[in-house]
Amino acid sequence: MKAMRLAAAAALVALSCGTAAAQSHLRIGLAEDPDVLDPTLARTYVGRIVFASICDKLFDIDAKLNVIPQLALSNETSEDGKTVTIKLRPNVKFHDGEKFDAEAAKFSLERHLTMQGSFRKPELAAIDTIEVADPLTIKLHLKTPFSPLIAQLTDRAGMMVSPKAAKEAGDRFGLKPVCAGPYKFVERVQQDRIVVEKFADYWDKDKLHIDRITYLPIVDSTVRLANLSSGGLDLIERLNATDMAAVKADSKLKLNELPDLSYFGLTINLANGDKAKNPLGQNAKVRQALELAIDREALNQVVFNGEFVPGNQWVSPTNAYYQKSIPIPKRDVAKAKALIKEAGVQTPISIDFMVPQGAENKAVSEVVQAMAAEAGFDLKIRVAEFATSLKAAEQGDYQMYFIGWSGRTDPDGNIYIFEKTKAPQNVTGFSNPDVDKALDDARLTSDQAKRKAIYETAAKILLTEDPILYLYHRKVLIAQTTRVDGFVPVPDGLVRVVGLRLK
Amino acid sequence: MLTFLAKRILQLIPTLFFVSVLIFSLQQLLPGDPALIMAGEDRDPAVIEQIRKQYRLDQPIPVQYVFWVKGVLSGDLGESMRNKQKVLDLVLQKLPVTMQLASMAIIIALSIGITAGVISAVYKDTPWDYAANVFALWGLSTPNFWLGIMLIFLFSVQLGWLPPSGYVPLTEDWRQSLATTIMPAFVLGNAIAAVLMRHTRSAMLQALNSDYVRTARAKGLLERSVILKHAMRNALTPVITLGALEFGTLLSGAVLTEQIFTIPGFGKLIIDAVFNRDYAVVQGVVLVTATTYITLNLLADVLYVLVNPRLRA
Repeated sequence: MKAMRLAAAAALVALSCGTAAAQSHLRIGLAEDPDVLDPTLARTYVGRIVFASICDKLFDIDAKLNVIPQLALSNETSEDGKTVTIKLRPNVKFHDGEKFDAEAAKFSLERHLTMQGSFRKPELAAIDTIEVADPLTIKLHLKTPFSPLIAQLTDRAGMMVSPKAAKEAGDRFGLKPVCAGPYKFVERVQQDRIVVEKFADYWDKDKLHIDRITYLPIVDSTVRLANLSSGGLDLIERLNATDMAAVKADSKLKLNELPDLSYFGLTINLANGDKAKNPLGQNAKVRQALELAIDREALNQVVFNGEFVPGNQWVSPTNAYYQKSIPIPKRDVAKAKALIKEAGVQTPISIDFMVPQGAENKAVSEVVQAMAAEAGFDLKIRVAEFATSLKAAEQGDYQMYFIGWSGRTDPDGNIYIFEKTKAPQNVTGFSNPDVDKALDDARLTSDQAKRKAIYETAAKILLTEDPILYLYHRKVLIAQTTRVDGFVPVPDGLVRVVGLRLK
Repeated sequence: MLTFLAKRILQLIPTLFFVSVLIFSLQQLLPGDPALIMAGEDRDPAVIEQIRKQYRLDQPIPVQYVFWVKGVLSGDLGESMRNKQKVLDLVLQKLPVTMQLASMAIIIALSIGITAGVISAVYKDTPWDYAANVFALWGLSTPNFWLGIMLIFLFSVQLGWLPPSGYVPLTEDWRQSLATTIMPAFVLGNAIAAVLMRHTRSAMLQALNSDYVRTARAKGLLERSVILKHAMRNALTPVITLGALEFGTLLSGAVLTEQIFTIPGFGKLIIDAVFNRDYAVVQGVVLVTATTYITLNLLADVLYVLVNPRLRA
């Protein structure tokens, strides 16, 4: 009997040791398979979620969109706005053991600026030269003052790669990235998984409590949620708004939500080719009438169970740059009809309404269609596959286009390339010298109050001319099991893994 | 025999050439611009220009074709625009996955389909027959994605017996591997089983009504031996041919099923590549599947000739 008890005790000890030694393993479900894992060449949103564990950046943002230091300690912009001095964190190592210093930072930034196929070049275009001031300080000399620069450095443009590894691998670096993030790249099976493991020499290693993370791309959102409910995953990103109730009802699951940086709206063809020649494209009054015909709150209720954030500007009403002087207009069909009459346009106004494929897009556009019909609009929905719709928009082969933007930390990223005359994504053909000047001026100063005042000038014109009718903003929706502890959602929707624990 | 083989192999060359031209030109008909998709959300014009140059998208289509064929002939299928991996590596990575799934699906289909078909023929017009017919109708009319999601809800979410999705290679852990592939294999096999069942049933009915079966019965053979040895053997030939054809289709990937169960096979590879306009990957995968098809066809022809020398002309 005694022997048996001893054996049982021994077995228990062995078991508990087993648990203690077992590696903690976090499994994250992604909505898509990321593209190449090279910060210079990467371009997908989903890729940024993986980078959040592999590649640290010079700066990061917090839940309130404040810029906080990561691999940099501080930044200072000179009086004339043309020199940015960045102090770097000491004692930081890359995954291959190489030292991170000013030379390495210069190398990474120059790689972003000069590498063939770099997607970071336009983001850092303001930089003229990079100077190593001392081993832990770099100075960025700019061509012109550019206040969104630090915000750019909170994303891929601010990611630092090991110079040694990058030189050796060339454009194949993304197959085995070597950065200075909390987790080291282990392996990747295309469309199946990306595995990373804890980096023992991470500069903030005391806050790493999980040994291994596997990212699993699962495209179908129902299946992604089923994986979470059955314990196959610990955390999933981009939950469907329609699944929020199911997650809230499940005691084993927890939902993290907060307004994100995106906007969704109706892009209207004003001057991009012959298709712009229609009452909606030619007359601001007709566009204002369309806006008055739409009830944004009802749209949010019907399609998203009231879970998203109605909006009328390129940043959400919770953002510091939201212009409170221009609130969301209430629906007013009578006024809409009066405006159309004033414009001298015959109803029904028939409009080619291009909508990218997808259940959510279709639902939104059908609600808009029904609301607009009451004011005299005949919106003819044309569903197009996403890639096809992008091309059509660029070529001006549309009259109205339902499309969104994932959003950027700095408001400049949500507006400049869409509304500045002849900017890369100005597919509406909108052009206004006062707006152009305001958008350029806002890039020259870093003072938030001053910038907001400048943007107000632009907003007053843009929200009367209405090249884009902003409708709503999504929310970051990240669902997790209650096993995961310490997750803090940030408006960019990325999954920051430092500080996470598994219970 | 050798001349026959040589002739057939020579015939392969124009066929493959035709296939390659077809793959290349059909793909150009896809609307949308690969450089625009590649450039991501920001779509900077300078970047788009650079992508066009880098992947020769700015060259005329015949020139692009010549470069591609040159690569293919030297064993280089190009690289993925999206993630920089060699297309050949991607194909080799996915091939075993698709092979495993297809083999499991066809085994399930054959076992269910033939058994149900034989039973319903032998017990014609009995409840067994009706049950088998209902099963076949169900299998044919149930959409893969629906059945897949239902299975996930039942076996993964409710009962917690099987992992809901993902894939583990056979070489890594065979039990886990079977656990991850059994549901998708069943979904795929189920639909094929229904087709096989219908064919087996009619072939069996025909065989059971034939003269040699009547003779066998008249000789006083056991019913079991009449059915299994005499009728079934003859009835199965067309069923096996059909099964082989279905297997060929399975090898080219099962898009929906792979998508739902997140099985990283050919189907998922090609559908992602099409939506991302990753031309090199689409071309590479289609070329490999087409070549496999044509080669299997050639093998079948050779086998026929071996069996029936009259065909050697």
